[in-house]
Amino acid sequence: MTEVIGREKSFLSTLREDRWWISPMLVLFGLLSFIVYSTWAAWQGEYFWWSGALNAEGFGGYLSPFYSPTFFLDITKEGIPPISHALFGEWPNWLWWLPGHSPAWLILIFPLSFRFTCYYYRKAYYRAFTFSPPACAVGGIPQKDYKGETGVLLFQNIHRYAMYFAIVFIFLLSYDAVMAFFRDGEFGVGVGSIILLINPILLGGYTFGCHSLRHLIGGRMDCFSCSHSAEHSHSRWKIVTYLNRRHQMFAWCSLVWVGLSDVYVRLVSMGVITDLNTWV
Amino acid sequence: MGNRKFKIYRGDNTKGELVDYNCDVTEGMVVLDAMHRIQADDANDMACRWNCKAGKCGSCSVEINGRPKLACMTRMNEYSPDETIMITPLKAFPIIKDTVTDVSWNYKQNLKIKPFSPAQNKNNTEKGLVMQQVDVERTQHFRKCIECYLCQNVCHVIRDQDAKEKFVGPRFMIRLASLEMHPMDDADRIPAIKEDHGSGMCNITRCCTEVCPEDIQITDDGIIPLKERVVDRYFDPVTMLYRKLFKK
Repeated sequence: MTEVIGREKSFLSTLREDRWWISPMLVLFGLLSFIVYSTWAAWQGEYFWWSGALNAEGFGGYLSPFYSPTFFLDITKEGIPPISHALFGEWPNWLWWLPGHSPAWLILIFPLSFRFTCYYYRKAYYRAFTFSPPACAVGGIPQKDYKGETGVLLFQNIHRYAMYFAIVFIFLLSYDAVMAFFRDGEFGVGVGSIILLINPILLGGYTFGCHSLRHLIGGRMDCFSCSHSAEHSHSRWKIVTYLNRRHQMFAWCSLVWVGLSDVYVRLVSMGVITDLNTWV
Repeated sequence: MGNRKFKIYRGDNTKGELVDYNCDVTEGMVVLDAMHRIQADDANDMACRWNCKAGKCGSCSVEINGRPKLACMTRMNEYSPDETIMITPLKAFPIIKDTVTDVSWNYKQNLKIKPFSPAQNKNNTEKGLVMQQVDVERTQHFRKCIECYLCQNVCHVIRDQDAKEKFVGPRFMIRLASLEMHPMDDADRIPAIKEDHGSGMCNITRCCTEVCPEDIQITDDGIIPLKERVVDRYFDPVTMLYRKLFKK
Protein backbone atom coordinates (compact mmCIF):
# COMPACT_ATOMS: atom_id res chain seq x y z
CA MET A 1 0.00 0.00 0.00
CA THR A 2 1.15 3.54 -0.77
CA GLU A 3 0.11 6.96 0.43
CA VAL A 4 -3.37 8.03 -0.66
CA ILE A 5 -3.29 8.45 -4.42
CA GLY A 6 -4.53 11.51 -6.28
CA ARG A 7 -5.02 13.74 -3.22
CA GLU A 8 -1.83 15.82 -3.23
CA LYS A 9 -2.46 19.57 -3.44
CA SER A 10 0.46 20.69 -5.56
CA PHE A 11 0.52 22.87 -8.68
CA LEU A 12 -0.87 21.01 -11.74
CA SER A 13 -1.59 17.86 -9.73
CA THR A 14 -4.36 15.93 -11.46
CA LEU A 15 -5.44 12.46 -12.50
CA ARG A 16 -6.89 13.85 -15.72
CA GLU A 17 -5.33 12.33 -18.80
CA ASP A 18 -7.14 14.39 -21.44
CA ARG A 19 -5.61 17.49 -23.02
CA TRP A 20 -7.02 19.90 -20.43
CA TRP A 21 -4.21 22.39 -21.11
CA ILE A 22 -5.37 23.22 -24.65
CA SER A 23 -8.15 25.58 -23.55
CA PRO A 24 -6.06 27.74 -21.17
CA MET A 25 -3.23 27.79 -23.73
CA LEU A 26 -5.60 29.08 -26.44
CA VAL A 27 -6.95 31.74 -24.06
CA LEU A 28 -3.41 32.73 -23.10
CA PHE A 29 -2.41 33.00 -26.76
CA GLY A 30 -5.59 34.86 -27.75
CA LEU A 31 -5.53 37.42 -24.95
CA LEU A 32 -1.77 37.99 -25.14
CA SER A 33 -1.98 38.51 -28.91
CA PHE A 34 -4.70 41.11 -28.43
CA ILE A 35 -2.83 42.87 -25.62
CA VAL A 36 0.38 43.07 -27.69
CA TYR A 37 -1.39 44.25 -30.86
CA SER A 38 -3.65 46.80 -29.14
CA THR A 39 -0.70 48.27 -27.22
CA TRP A 40 1.29 48.59 -30.44
CA ALA A 41 -1.70 50.05 -32.31
CA ALA A 42 -2.41 52.56 -29.54
CA TRP A 43 1.27 53.57 -29.49
CA GLN A 44 1.27 54.52 -33.18
CA GLY A 45 -1.04 57.54 -32.98
CA GLU A 46 -1.36 57.64 -36.77
CA TYR A 47 -3.07 55.87 -39.71
CA PHE A 48 -6.32 55.35 -37.84
CA TRP A 49 -8.53 57.22 -40.30
CA TRP A 50 -9.35 56.96 -43.99
CA SER A 51 -11.70 58.98 -46.12
CA GLY A 52 -10.51 58.55 -49.68
CA ALA A 53 -7.24 60.39 -49.27
CA LEU A 54 -4.74 61.09 -46.52
CA ASN A 55 -6.07 63.75 -44.12
CA ALA A 56 -9.19 64.19 -46.30
CA GLU A 57 -11.81 66.67 -45.12
CA GLY A 58 -15.61 66.29 -45.24
CA PHE A 59 -18.35 64.26 -43.53
CA GLY A 60 -17.80 60.52 -43.32
CA GLY A 61 -14.86 58.15 -43.29
CA TYR A 62 -13.42 55.12 -41.56
CA LEU A 63 -12.25 55.61 -37.96
CA SER A 64 -10.47 52.83 -36.08
CA PRO A 65 -12.48 51.83 -32.97
CA PHE A 66 -9.28 52.07 -30.88
CA TYR A 67 -9.34 55.85 -31.48
CA SER A 68 -13.02 56.62 -30.99
CA PRO A 69 -13.92 59.12 -29.67
CA THR A 70 -10.93 61.23 -30.64
CA PHE A 71 -10.35 63.75 -27.85
CA PHE A 72 -7.26 65.47 -29.24
CA LEU A 73 -5.34 65.30 -32.51
CA ASP A 74 -1.67 65.83 -33.22
CA ILE A 75 -1.95 67.42 -36.67
CA THR A 76 1.65 66.57 -37.54
CA LYS A 77 0.68 62.88 -37.84
CA GLU A 78 -0.35 61.04 -41.00
CA GLY A 79 -3.65 59.21 -41.50
CA ILE A 80 -5.67 61.16 -38.95
CA PRO A 81 -9.16 62.70 -39.18
CA PRO A 82 -9.67 66.42 -39.90
CA ILE A 83 -9.10 68.56 -36.81
CA SER A 84 -12.86 69.23 -36.67
CA HIS A 85 -13.32 65.58 -35.59
CA ALA A 86 -11.28 66.12 -32.43
CA LEU A 87 -13.63 66.79 -29.53
CA PHE A 88 -11.19 69.14 -27.79
CA GLY A 89 -9.02 70.31 -30.68
CA GLU A 90 -5.27 70.08 -31.13
CA TRP A 91 -2.96 67.99 -28.99
CA PRO A 92 -2.35 69.93 -25.74
CA ASN A 93 1.15 70.59 -24.43
CA TRP A 94 0.35 69.10 -21.04
CA LEU A 95 -0.11 65.69 -22.68
CA TRP A 96 3.43 65.75 -24.12
CA TRP A 97 4.27 62.61 -22.16
CA LEU A 98 1.70 60.29 -23.81
CA PRO A 99 3.53 57.83 -26.11
CA GLY A 100 3.12 58.66 -29.80
CA HIS A 101 0.79 61.57 -28.95
CA SER A 102 -1.90 58.96 -29.39
CA PRO A 103 -5.51 59.76 -28.38
CA ALA A 104 -6.11 55.99 -28.03
CA TRP A 105 -4.49 56.01 -24.57
CA LEU A 106 -7.21 58.34 -23.31
CA ILE A 107 -10.06 55.96 -24.10
CA LEU A 108 -8.69 52.41 -23.97
CA ILE A 109 -8.98 52.39 -20.18
CA PHE A 110 -12.79 52.21 -20.49
CA PRO A 111 -13.16 49.09 -22.66
CA LEU A 112 -10.16 47.60 -20.89
CA SER A 113 -11.74 48.00 -17.45
CA PHE A 114 -15.02 46.55 -18.73
CA ARG A 115 -13.35 43.47 -20.15
CA PHE A 116 -10.94 43.07 -17.25
CA THR A 117 -13.73 42.96 -14.67
CA CYS A 118 -16.12 40.97 -16.90
CA TYR A 119 -17.41 37.79 -15.29
CA TYR A 120 -16.49 35.76 -18.41
CA TYR A 121 -12.98 37.15 -18.80
CA ARG A 122 -12.37 36.60 -15.09
CA LYS A 123 -12.82 32.88 -15.67
CA ALA A 124 -10.61 33.05 -18.76
CA TYR A 125 -7.65 34.83 -17.23
CA TYR A 126 -7.87 33.29 -13.77
CA ARG A 127 -7.44 29.97 -15.54
CA ALA A 128 -4.91 30.96 -18.20
CA PHE A 129 -2.80 33.61 -16.46
CA THR A 130 -2.99 33.02 -12.70
CA PHE A 131 -3.72 29.27 -12.74
CA SER A 132 -6.35 29.46 -10.04
CA PRO A 133 -7.10 26.83 -11.19
CA PRO A 134 -5.69 26.18 -14.71
CA ALA A 135 -8.54 23.75 -15.44
CA CYS A 136 -11.26 21.88 -13.54
CA ALA A 137 -9.82 19.22 -11.20
CA VAL A 138 -6.27 20.39 -11.94
CA GLY A 139 -4.27 21.79 -9.03
CA GLY A 140 -3.74 25.54 -8.97
CA ILE A 141 -0.90 27.33 -7.24
CA PRO A 142 -1.43 26.55 -3.53
CA GLN A 143 -1.78 29.71 -1.42
CA LYS A 144 -1.34 29.85 2.33
CA ASP A 145 -4.20 32.26 2.84
CA TYR A 146 -6.42 32.18 -0.23
CA LYS A 147 -8.63 35.27 -0.37
CA GLY A 148 -10.42 34.89 -3.71
CA GLU A 149 -12.00 38.22 -4.62
CA THR A 150 -12.07 39.55 -1.06
CA GLY A 151 -8.51 40.93 -0.97
CA VAL A 152 -6.70 42.79 -3.76
CA LEU A 153 -9.33 41.61 -6.25
CA LEU A 154 -12.10 43.45 -4.43
CA PHE A 155 -11.90 46.05 -7.23
CA GLN A 156 -13.71 43.56 -9.52
CA ASN A 157 -16.88 44.96 -7.97
CA ILE A 158 -16.59 48.10 -10.12
CA HIS A 159 -17.80 46.05 -13.09
CA ARG A 160 -21.20 47.73 -13.31
CA TYR A 161 -19.58 51.17 -13.55
CA ALA A 162 -17.31 49.91 -16.32
CA MET A 163 -20.47 48.60 -17.98
CA TYR A 164 -22.10 52.06 -17.96
CA PHE A 165 -19.13 53.44 -19.91
CA ALA A 166 -19.14 50.43 -22.24
CA ILE A 167 -22.76 51.19 -23.20
CA VAL A 168 -21.78 54.78 -24.08
CA PHE A 169 -19.11 53.34 -26.38
CA ILE A 170 -21.71 51.23 -28.22
CA PHE A 171 -23.47 54.45 -29.24
CA LEU A 172 -20.19 56.16 -30.18
CA LEU A 173 -19.09 53.24 -32.33
CA SER A 174 -22.55 53.03 -33.90
CA TYR A 175 -22.12 56.68 -34.93
CA ASP A 176 -18.74 55.74 -36.43
CA ALA A 177 -20.44 52.89 -38.30
CA VAL A 178 -22.90 55.37 -39.85
CA MET A 179 -19.99 57.68 -40.71
CA ALA A 180 -18.33 54.77 -42.52
CA PHE A 181 -21.17 54.82 -45.08
CA PHE A 182 -20.33 58.38 -46.12
CA ARG A 183 -17.41 60.04 -47.84
CA ASP A 184 -17.39 63.79 -48.31
CA GLY A 185 -21.08 63.69 -47.43
CA GLU A 186 -21.89 61.20 -50.19
CA PHE A 187 -23.52 57.87 -49.25
CA GLY A 188 -21.80 54.69 -50.35
CA VAL A 189 -20.67 51.26 -49.22
CA GLY A 190 -17.18 49.89 -48.86
CA VAL A 191 -15.65 46.82 -47.26
CA GLY A 192 -14.63 49.09 -44.39
CA SER A 193 -18.25 50.25 -43.96
CA ILE A 194 -19.35 46.64 -43.46
CA ILE A 195 -16.48 45.89 -41.07
CA LEU A 196 -17.20 48.99 -38.97
CA LEU A 197 -20.94 48.19 -39.00
CA ILE A 198 -20.41 44.65 -37.68
CA ASN A 199 -18.15 46.01 -34.92
CA PRO A 200 -20.83 47.74 -32.76
CA ILE A 201 -23.24 44.86 -33.42
CA LEU A 202 -20.81 42.34 -31.90
CA LEU A 203 -19.84 44.74 -29.13
CA GLY A 204 -23.53 45.32 -28.43
CA GLY A 205 -24.12 41.55 -28.22
CA TYR A 206 -21.31 41.38 -25.69
CA THR A 207 -22.15 44.50 -23.67
CA PHE A 208 -25.92 43.97 -23.52
CA GLY A 209 -25.38 40.40 -22.31
CA CYS A 210 -23.38 41.64 -19.31
CA HIS A 211 -24.13 39.91 -15.99
CA SER A 212 -24.28 43.24 -14.15
CA LEU A 213 -26.77 44.63 -16.66
CA ARG A 214 -28.82 41.44 -16.30
CA HIS A 215 -28.94 42.03 -12.57
CA LEU A 216 -29.74 45.73 -12.74
CA ILE A 217 -32.39 45.38 -15.42
CA GLY A 218 -34.43 42.75 -13.59
CA GLY A 219 -32.35 40.10 -11.88
CA ARG A 220 -32.29 42.11 -8.65
CA MET A 221 -36.04 41.56 -8.26
CA ASP A 222 -37.47 38.64 -6.30
CA CYS A 223 -40.83 38.67 -8.04
CA PHE A 224 -41.32 39.05 -11.79
CA SER A 225 -45.11 38.99 -11.61
CA CYS A 226 -45.98 41.20 -8.67
CA SER A 227 -46.47 44.44 -10.63
CA HIS A 228 -46.69 45.75 -14.19
CA SER A 229 -43.23 47.30 -13.94
CA ALA A 230 -41.87 43.95 -12.72
CA GLU A 231 -43.43 42.24 -15.74
CA HIS A 232 -41.73 44.77 -18.06
CA SER A 233 -38.45 44.18 -16.21
CA HIS A 234 -38.89 40.46 -16.77
CA SER A 235 -39.29 41.01 -20.52
CA ARG A 236 -36.06 43.02 -20.63
CA TRP A 237 -34.34 40.48 -18.36
CA LYS A 238 -35.23 37.68 -20.80
CA ILE A 239 -33.59 39.55 -23.70
CA VAL A 240 -30.42 40.19 -21.69
CA THR A 241 -30.49 36.55 -20.53
CA TYR A 242 -30.58 35.40 -24.18
CA LEU A 243 -27.40 37.38 -24.86
CA ASN A 244 -25.91 36.44 -21.50
CA ARG A 245 -26.06 32.74 -22.38
CA ARG A 246 -23.84 33.61 -25.38
CA HIS A 247 -21.56 35.97 -23.43
CA GLN A 248 -18.38 33.98 -24.06
CA MET A 249 -19.02 33.79 -27.80
CA PHE A 250 -19.71 37.54 -28.06
CA ALA A 251 -16.73 38.30 -25.82
CA TRP A 252 -14.34 36.61 -28.24
CA CYS A 253 -16.04 37.63 -31.49
CA SER A 254 -16.18 41.29 -30.46
CA LEU A 255 -12.57 41.24 -29.23
CA VAL A 256 -11.28 39.76 -32.47
CA TRP A 257 -13.47 42.05 -34.61
CA VAL A 258 -12.43 45.25 -32.88
CA GLY A 259 -8.80 44.27 -33.53
CA LEU A 260 -9.54 43.38 -37.16
CA SER A 261 -11.34 46.70 -37.64
CA ASP A 262 -8.22 48.56 -36.54
CA VAL A 263 -6.02 46.40 -38.78
CA TYR A 264 -8.26 47.08 -41.78
CA VAL A 265 -8.48 50.86 -41.30
CA ARG A 266 -4.74 51.02 -40.65
CA LEU A 267 -3.81 49.06 -43.78
CA VAL A 268 -6.18 51.09 -45.98
CA SER A 269 -4.94 54.35 -44.47
CA MET A 270 -1.31 53.33 -45.01
CA GLY A 271 -2.05 52.44 -48.63
CA VAL A 272 -1.07 48.79 -48.15
CA ILE A 273 -4.48 47.55 -49.33
CA THR A 274 -7.21 49.17 -51.39
CA ASP A 275 -10.72 49.49 -50.00
CA LEU A 276 -13.31 48.10 -52.40
CA ASN A 277 -16.20 50.54 -52.39
CA THR A 278 -18.93 52.26 -54.40
CA TRP A 279 -17.42 55.76 -54.23
CA VAL A 280 -14.66 55.22 -56.79
CA MET B 1 -17.92 -4.22 -26.21
CA GLY B 2 -15.40 -6.71 -24.81
CA ASN B 3 -13.10 -6.88 -21.86
CA ARG B 4 -12.05 -3.53 -20.38
CA LYS B 5 -9.32 -2.53 -17.93
CA PHE B 6 -10.09 -0.65 -14.70
CA LYS B 7 -8.02 0.89 -11.92
CA ILE B 8 -10.07 1.42 -8.79
CA TYR B 9 -8.89 3.09 -5.59
CA ARG B 10 -8.87 0.62 -2.71
CA GLY B 11 -8.05 1.88 0.76
CA ASP B 12 -9.03 4.50 3.28
CA ASN B 13 -8.08 8.06 4.20
CA THR B 14 -4.56 7.18 5.32
CA LYS B 15 -3.32 4.69 2.74
CA GLY B 16 -4.51 3.03 -0.39
CA GLU B 17 -3.64 1.96 -3.91
CA LEU B 18 -5.06 1.71 -7.38
CA VAL B 19 -5.96 -1.94 -7.96
CA ASP B 20 -6.22 -3.36 -11.48
CA TYR B 21 -9.39 -5.14 -12.53
CA ASN B 22 -10.74 -6.52 -15.79
CA CYS B 23 -14.41 -6.56 -16.56
CA ASP B 24 -16.53 -7.78 -19.48
CA VAL B 25 -18.54 -4.83 -20.66
CA THR B 26 -21.69 -5.13 -22.71
CA GLU B 27 -23.67 -2.63 -24.78
CA GLY B 28 -25.43 0.05 -22.72
CA MET B 29 -23.43 -0.38 -19.51
CA VAL B 30 -22.49 2.59 -17.38
CA VAL B 31 -19.42 2.84 -15.13
CA LEU B 32 -21.52 1.97 -12.08
CA ASP B 33 -22.61 -1.29 -13.77
CA ALA B 34 -18.97 -2.19 -14.31
CA MET B 35 -18.19 -1.40 -10.66
CA HIS B 36 -21.03 -3.68 -9.58
CA ARG B 37 -19.78 -6.48 -11.83
CA ILE B 38 -16.25 -6.10 -10.43
CA GLN B 39 -17.71 -6.07 -6.91
CA ALA B 40 -19.66 -9.28 -7.63
CA ASP B 41 -16.91 -11.16 -9.47
CA ASP B 42 -13.55 -9.99 -8.12
CA ALA B 43 -13.86 -7.68 -5.11
CA ASN B 44 -16.71 -8.59 -2.78
CA ASP B 45 -15.34 -6.26 -0.10
CA MET B 46 -15.16 -3.17 -2.35
CA ALA B 47 -17.22 -0.29 -0.98
CA CYS B 48 -19.36 1.49 -3.56
CA ARG B 49 -22.12 3.98 -2.72
CA TRP B 50 -25.16 4.08 -4.98
CA ASN B 51 -28.91 4.19 -4.80
CA CYS B 52 -31.16 5.15 -7.71
CA LYS B 53 -28.92 4.41 -10.74
CA ALA B 54 -30.85 7.11 -12.57
CA GLY B 55 -28.87 10.27 -11.86
CA LYS B 56 -31.34 11.52 -9.29
CA CYS B 57 -29.99 10.57 -5.87
CA GLY B 58 -26.43 11.89 -6.21
CA SER B 59 -24.92 8.97 -4.28
CA CYS B 60 -22.46 7.54 -6.80
CA SER B 61 -20.25 10.64 -7.23
CA VAL B 62 -16.67 9.63 -7.98
CA GLU B 63 -13.80 10.83 -10.13
CA ILE B 64 -13.45 8.95 -13.39
CA ASN B 65 -10.11 9.46 -15.10
CA GLY B 66 -9.65 12.49 -12.88
CA ARG B 67 -12.97 14.15 -13.70
CA PRO B 68 -15.81 14.40 -11.14
CA LYS B 69 -18.84 12.48 -12.46
CA LEU B 70 -21.81 10.38 -11.49
CA ALA B 71 -20.85 6.74 -12.10
CA CYS B 72 -24.44 5.88 -13.01
CA MET B 73 -24.63 8.55 -15.74
CA THR B 74 -21.25 7.89 -17.34
CA ARG B 75 -21.58 5.50 -20.25
CA MET B 76 -18.81 3.03 -20.95
CA ASN B 77 -18.87 3.90 -24.65
CA GLU B 78 -17.62 7.41 -23.75
CA TYR B 79 -14.19 5.80 -23.42
CA SER B 80 -12.12 4.23 -26.18
CA PRO B 81 -11.79 0.40 -26.05
CA ASP B 82 -8.08 0.49 -25.15
CA GLU B 83 -8.46 3.17 -22.45
CA THR B 84 -7.99 2.14 -18.82
CA ILE B 85 -10.76 3.58 -16.68
CA MET B 86 -9.52 4.94 -13.36
CA ILE B 87 -12.07 5.40 -10.59
CA THR B 88 -11.05 7.38 -7.51
CA PRO B 89 -12.99 8.93 -4.60
CA LEU B 90 -13.94 12.64 -4.48
CA LYS B 91 -10.75 14.53 -3.70
CA ALA B 92 -12.26 17.26 -1.55
CA PHE B 93 -13.71 14.96 1.12
CA PRO B 94 -12.21 12.37 3.50
CA ILE B 95 -12.33 8.76 2.32
CA ILE B 96 -14.39 6.33 4.35
CA LYS B 97 -13.51 3.29 2.27
CA ASP B 98 -12.48 2.78 -1.36
CA THR B 99 -14.53 5.18 -3.52
CA VAL B 100 -16.89 6.22 -0.71
CA THR B 101 -16.25 9.59 0.92
CA ASP B 102 -17.57 11.35 4.00
CA VAL B 103 -19.56 14.33 2.71
CA SER B 104 -21.00 15.33 6.10
CA TRP B 105 -19.15 18.70 5.98
CA ASN B 106 -21.77 19.73 3.42
CA TYR B 107 -24.65 19.06 5.79
CA LYS B 108 -23.02 21.38 8.32
CA GLN B 109 -22.88 24.16 5.70
CA ASN B 110 -26.56 23.67 5.03
CA LEU B 111 -27.36 24.22 8.70
CA LYS B 112 -25.66 27.64 8.58
CA ILE B 113 -28.22 28.96 6.11
CA LYS B 114 -31.18 30.94 7.40
CA PRO B 115 -34.21 28.81 6.42
CA PHE B 116 -37.16 29.82 4.27
CA SER B 117 -39.00 32.66 6.02
CA PRO B 118 -42.39 33.33 4.41
CA ALA B 119 -43.57 36.93 4.59
CA GLN B 120 -46.86 37.52 6.34
CA ASN B 121 -47.77 40.76 4.59
CA LYS B 122 -47.06 40.10 0.90
CA ASN B 123 -50.21 39.93 -1.19
CA ASN B 124 -51.02 40.09 -4.87
CA THR B 125 -54.47 38.46 -4.64
CA GLU B 126 -57.25 38.22 -2.06
CA LYS B 127 -55.88 34.81 -1.13
CA GLY B 128 -52.44 36.25 -0.40
CA LEU B 129 -49.38 36.01 -2.57
CA VAL B 130 -49.87 33.59 -5.45
CA MET B 131 -46.69 32.67 -7.31
CA GLN B 132 -46.88 32.89 -11.08
CA GLN B 133 -45.11 30.46 -13.39
CA VAL B 134 -42.24 32.85 -14.22
CA ASP B 135 -41.32 33.05 -10.56
CA VAL B 136 -41.82 29.34 -9.99
CA GLU B 137 -39.47 28.51 -12.88
CA ARG B 138 -36.74 30.73 -11.55
CA THR B 139 -36.47 29.04 -8.16
CA GLN B 140 -37.38 25.59 -9.47
CA HIS B 141 -34.25 25.68 -11.63
CA PHE B 142 -32.17 25.66 -8.44
CA ARG B 143 -34.24 22.93 -6.85
CA LYS B 144 -33.16 20.47 -9.53
CA CYS B 145 -30.02 20.02 -7.40
CA ILE B 146 -29.58 16.36 -6.40
CA GLU B 147 -26.84 17.13 -3.85
CA CYS B 148 -24.24 14.93 -5.53
CA TYR B 149 -21.61 17.44 -4.33
CA LEU B 150 -19.64 17.21 -7.57
CA CYS B 151 -19.65 21.02 -7.64
CA GLN B 152 -18.37 21.17 -4.07
CA ASN B 153 -15.67 18.66 -4.96
CA VAL B 154 -14.44 20.46 -8.07
CA CYS B 155 -14.51 23.97 -6.55
CA HIS B 156 -10.84 24.84 -6.19
CA VAL B 157 -11.53 26.95 -3.09
CA ILE B 158 -12.64 23.80 -1.28
CA ARG B 159 -10.54 21.27 -3.19
CA ASP B 160 -7.13 22.91 -3.39
CA GLN B 161 -7.05 26.03 -1.24
CA ASP B 162 -8.23 24.52 2.06
CA ALA B 163 -10.73 27.35 2.53
CA LYS B 164 -13.64 25.25 3.79
CA GLU B 165 -13.99 27.61 6.74
CA LYS B 166 -14.49 30.63 4.49
CA PHE B 167 -16.75 29.39 1.68
CA VAL B 168 -19.90 27.27 1.78
CA GLY B 169 -19.38 26.14 -1.81
CA PRO B 170 -21.43 26.28 -5.02
CA ARG B 171 -24.19 23.90 -3.91
CA PHE B 172 -25.09 26.13 -1.00
CA MET B 173 -24.74 29.32 -2.98
CA ILE B 174 -27.45 27.78 -5.15
CA ARG B 175 -29.58 27.07 -2.10
CA LEU B 176 -29.05 30.65 -0.93
CA ALA B 177 -30.04 31.92 -4.39
CA SER B 178 -33.23 29.84 -4.37
CA LEU B 179 -34.20 31.37 -1.02
CA GLU B 180 -33.07 34.94 -1.79
CA MET B 181 -34.96 34.99 -5.12
CA HIS B 182 -38.11 33.42 -3.72
CA PRO B 183 -40.98 35.96 -3.94
CA MET B 184 -42.48 34.84 -0.63
CA ASP B 185 -39.27 34.80 1.37
CA ASP B 186 -38.66 37.80 3.58
CA ALA B 187 -35.34 37.05 5.26
CA ASP B 188 -32.26 39.18 4.58
CA ARG B 189 -29.28 36.91 3.95
CA ILE B 190 -27.04 39.37 2.07
CA PRO B 191 -24.76 40.20 5.05
CA ALA B 192 -24.36 36.48 5.75
CA ILE B 193 -23.75 35.72 2.05
CA LYS B 194 -20.87 38.22 2.08
CA GLU B 195 -19.35 37.44 5.47
CA ASP B 196 -20.30 33.94 6.66
CA HIS B 197 -20.94 32.13 3.40
CA GLY B 198 -18.02 33.78 1.56
CA SER B 199 -19.42 34.88 -1.81
CA GLY B 200 -16.19 36.81 -2.43
CA MET B 201 -14.13 33.62 -2.24
CA CYS B 202 -15.60 32.42 -5.54
CA ASN B 203 -13.55 33.65 -8.49
CA ILE B 204 -16.04 32.54 -11.15
CA THR B 205 -13.95 29.83 -12.80
CA ARG B 206 -17.18 27.92 -13.51
CA CYS B 207 -15.97 24.38 -12.85
CA CYS B 208 -19.07 23.87 -10.69
CA THR B 209 -21.31 24.59 -13.68
CA GLU B 210 -19.22 22.34 -15.94
CA VAL B 211 -19.61 19.26 -13.72
CA CYS B 212 -23.26 19.73 -12.70
CA PRO B 213 -25.18 16.62 -13.89
CA GLU B 214 -28.46 18.56 -13.71
CA ASP B 215 -27.17 21.37 -15.96
CA ILE B 216 -27.95 23.99 -13.35
CA GLN B 217 -26.40 27.31 -14.36
CA ILE B 218 -24.74 27.56 -10.97
CA THR B 219 -22.45 30.46 -11.85
CA ASP B 220 -24.64 32.57 -14.15
CA ASP B 221 -27.96 32.13 -12.35
CA GLY B 222 -26.83 31.57 -8.77
CA ILE B 223 -23.43 32.81 -7.72
CA ILE B 224 -23.08 35.88 -9.95
CA PRO B 225 -26.58 37.24 -9.10
CA LEU B 226 -25.75 36.83 -5.41
CA LYS B 227 -22.41 38.59 -5.90
CA GLU B 228 -24.29 41.41 -7.65
CA ARG B 229 -26.71 41.68 -4.72
CA VAL B 230 -23.70 41.98 -2.42
CA VAL B 231 -22.35 44.75 -4.70
CA ASP B 232 -25.75 46.53 -4.40
CA ARG B 233 -25.48 46.46 -0.64
CA TYR B 234 -21.79 47.11 -0.01
CA PHE B 235 -19.92 48.42 -3.05
CA ASP B 236 -22.25 50.51 -5.22
CA PRO B 237 -22.66 54.06 -3.86
CA VAL B 238 -25.67 54.76 -6.09
CA THR B 239 -27.75 51.78 -4.94
CA MET B 240 -26.64 52.43 -1.36
CA LEU B 241 -27.90 56.01 -1.60
CA TYR B 242 -31.12 54.89 -3.31
CA ARG B 243 -31.80 52.44 -0.50
CA LYS B 244 -31.11 55.08 2.10
CA LEU B 245 -33.39 57.65 0.46
CA PHE B 246 -36.29 55.29 -0.23
CA LYS B 247 -35.75 53.05 2.81
CA LYS B 248 -35.56 49.90 0.66
